[in-house]
Amino acid sequence: MHEENDDILEQITSSEYKYGFVTDIEADEAPKGLSEDTVRFISAKKNEPAWMLENRLKAYRHWLTMEEPKWPNVEYPPINYQDIIYYSAPKQKIAPDSLDDIDPELRKTFEKLGISLNEQKRLTGVAVDAVIDSVSVATTFKEELSKVGVIFCSMSEAIQDHPELIQKYLGSVVPATDNFFSALNAAVFSDGSFCFIPKGVRCPMELSTYFRINAANTGQFERTLIVAEDEAYVSYLEGCTAPMRDENQLHAAVVEIVAMEKAEVKYSTVQNWYPGDKDGKGGIYNFVTKRGICAGAHAKISWTQVETGSSITWKYPSVILKGDYSIGEFYSVAVTNNFQQADTGTKMVHLGKNTKSRIVSKGISAGKSQNSYRGLVSVAKNAGNARNFSQCDSLLLGDKCGAHTFPYIEVKNNTAVVEHEATTSKIGEDQIFYCNQRGIDTETAVALIVNGFAKEVMNQLPMEFAVEAQKLLAISLEGSVG
Amino acid sequence: MLKINNLQASIEEKEILKGINLDIKPGEIHAIMGPNGSGKSTLASVLAGRADYEVTGGTVEFMGKDLLELSPEDRAKEGLFLAFQYPVEIPGVSTTNFIKSAVNEKRKYLGLEPLDAAQFLRNMKEKMKLVEIDQSLLSRSLNEGFSGGEKKRNEIFQMAMLEPKLAILDETDSGLDIDALRIVANGVNQLRTKDNAFLVVTHYQRLLDYIVPDFVHVLYKGRIVRSGTKELAKELEVKGYDFIKAEVDQELA
Ligand SMILES: Nc1ncnc2c1ncn2[C@@H]1O[C@H](COP(=O)(O)OP(=O)(O)O)[C@@H](O)[C@H]1O
Ligand SMILES: [Mg+2]
Repeated sequence: MHEENDDILEQITSSEYKYGFVTDIEADEAPKGLSEDTVRFISAKKNEPAWMLENRLKAYRHWLTMEEPKWPNVEYPPINYQDIIYYSAPKQKIAPDSLDDIDPELRKTFEKLGISLNEQKRLTGVAVDAVIDSVSVATTFKEELSKVGVIFCSMSEAIQDHPELIQKYLGSVVPATDNFFSALNAAVFSDGSFCFIPKGVRCPMELSTYFRINAANTGQFERTLIVAEDEAYVSYLEGCTAPMRDENQLHAAVVEIVAMEKAEVKYSTVQNWYPGDKDGKGGIYNFVTKRGICAGAHAKISWTQVETGSSITWKYPSVILKGDYSIGEFYSVAVTNNFQQADTGTKMVHLGKNTKSRIVSKGISAGKSQNSYRGLVSVAKNAGNARNFSQCDSLLLGDKCGAHTFPYIEVKNNTAVVEHEATTSKIGEDQIFYCNQRGIDTETAVALIVNGFAKEVMNQLPMEFAVEAQKLLAISLEGSVG
Repeated sequence: MLKINNLQASIEEKEILKGINLDIKPGEIHAIMGPNGSGKSTLASVLAGRADYEVTGGTVEFMGKDLLELSPEDRAKEGLFLAFQYPVEIPGVSTTNFIKSAVNEKRKYLGLEPLDAAQFLRNMKEKMKLVEIDQSLLSRSLNEGFSGGEKKRNEIFQMAMLEPKLAILDETDSGLDIDALRIVANGVNQLRTKDNAFLVVTHYQRLLDYIVPDFVHVLYKGRIVRSGTKELAKELEVKGYDFIKAEVDQELA
């Protein structure tokens, strides 16, 4: 009977990745490999001011002195950094004057991914910055947003048009020296999104960036910066996909969020990079640094992530709770299947008084995958009355996968209350049979149970994306239980 | 409706059912009684298609189809329902949502449109009265933290919602107090039509005072060793299973 289960398990886990197509488009690429010349090449391509090149070179020189982190609970062959193309841009005018000028092939690509670059087709009230390989190809609703003072544009444009803001905030939350991948990113990042919500403004629509890797052998290094001034509010979404390729591709992004007094930033990610095939071949290495700072009192930053893709994920969206009474939240669903590996979690750093954080992590492992939660809750000496609640639940599908929890707690103030709860459960044959007996087939049953398990996190997603994300969960696990 | 012919089944190489014969016609209620471990739940599980059991011989025809060829979910959608002896808990999945999925999966199979929210709700309200089940229970996770009686009532509620042709009740009465027993039995009696049938598995004759069977069978050591009317159940109550055991063991010896 176990064999029979394994069969069903195998069937469900062998579903196809439906975003795996390649767009045939001419690209403008840097030569393979990384050196100061590569850094200069990228900066020159983007016509950057001298200070920006200087920042990049400093980061690059620092990176040379660093070593790749070895502590995550993941395994992969050494990455040859000289074998990667660091810049690849579709050959078209980099910043088309209007949305009508976008290359039809690119437009089609995004349409195929369900992202409309046509403002008339606006259904969901979401403004999009579309990034392909190393460059942003379009940003929608810029004008409408600028009417209320919201800046939403590609990072390249921001460097040209808002140098004072970029110089002030870029690298202020995640300095280049922070870690190996943030240093690499600071040296070679080519694009990404910038948003700035001025004092007292509630951003009238959801902002989102859609990242697409298309070219082969390239790395994607994007950079996102969100600044919300006093009493500003924004909800931001990030989505991503990549073609199916046999080689692994590196994605090392940095996201920084600054929330001032009483500001609120909600950042949601639906991460669906190509996960590799069912034998573990190919897939994206997703090595990402995401961090926000609640710089003012009563600020709030909330990370929600649904992680289903990538062959390896290494990311810990974090919040530095500097302002008194500030709040940090982390809601995560991480699904691993086949040979995927995920080491993900968060850091909540309580510096201010009466700060609160909440961590809800739901790990779902299937196939031969490994899924680790790694989280740090730290309370500084002066952070009186800090509160944290962490809930880490793991759900196993089958018995060849693994779930691991590494909670780290560092408390230096004895008024802190830090609570941690963890559970591990398995989808049982009894549960599946019960569903079957009610006419619900195994796949639907798994989707039902998994969505039930992940509900608390899914509920945090903006409505438009919740349904998509639910389907994605089901698809990622197709074929994984008996 | 259901024709079981010389059905044999084993689990982990151990033969449990040793040749069951049973014929159930529309409108009938059959009771299966027997001491613990005689194979009652095994029979129910095999009919429902549980993978743990291996069918080693015999045939089962259900509504003119070869039941043993169908997947468990298709058996369900063809109209076979099992009220479990031990209903499982599914955390995070609301009972309402679960039943809605089940109802709509069945409708899809039958080529019908899914029920819209209003129709489903109306249907649910009506059936809730039947088994005196509360809305608050149905918004909770499926069976999670339900008392024994609530779980059993939930089984009958699902049966009412799914309107099966053949319902197998596996010891739905065990662990119920007299009020719950009356509610469950009342539900079954109201759902009874001339077109559907029930196979009521029970250890005690008590339930049969409320659900009156047309036939009573005694299962012992994997065989139906006696069949009769409800008088047989009465006799068992007075004499216990021991007299049948003794007779059968002697016959076998
Ligand atoms: N999973 C199992 N593994 C091994 N033996 C089992 C299993 N399930 C049931 N049995 C055995 O099958 C026989 C019949 O059990 P069951 O059908 O549950 O009886 P009843 O419902 O009449 O009490 C018993 O001897 C029991 O121990
Ligand atoms: Mg039993």
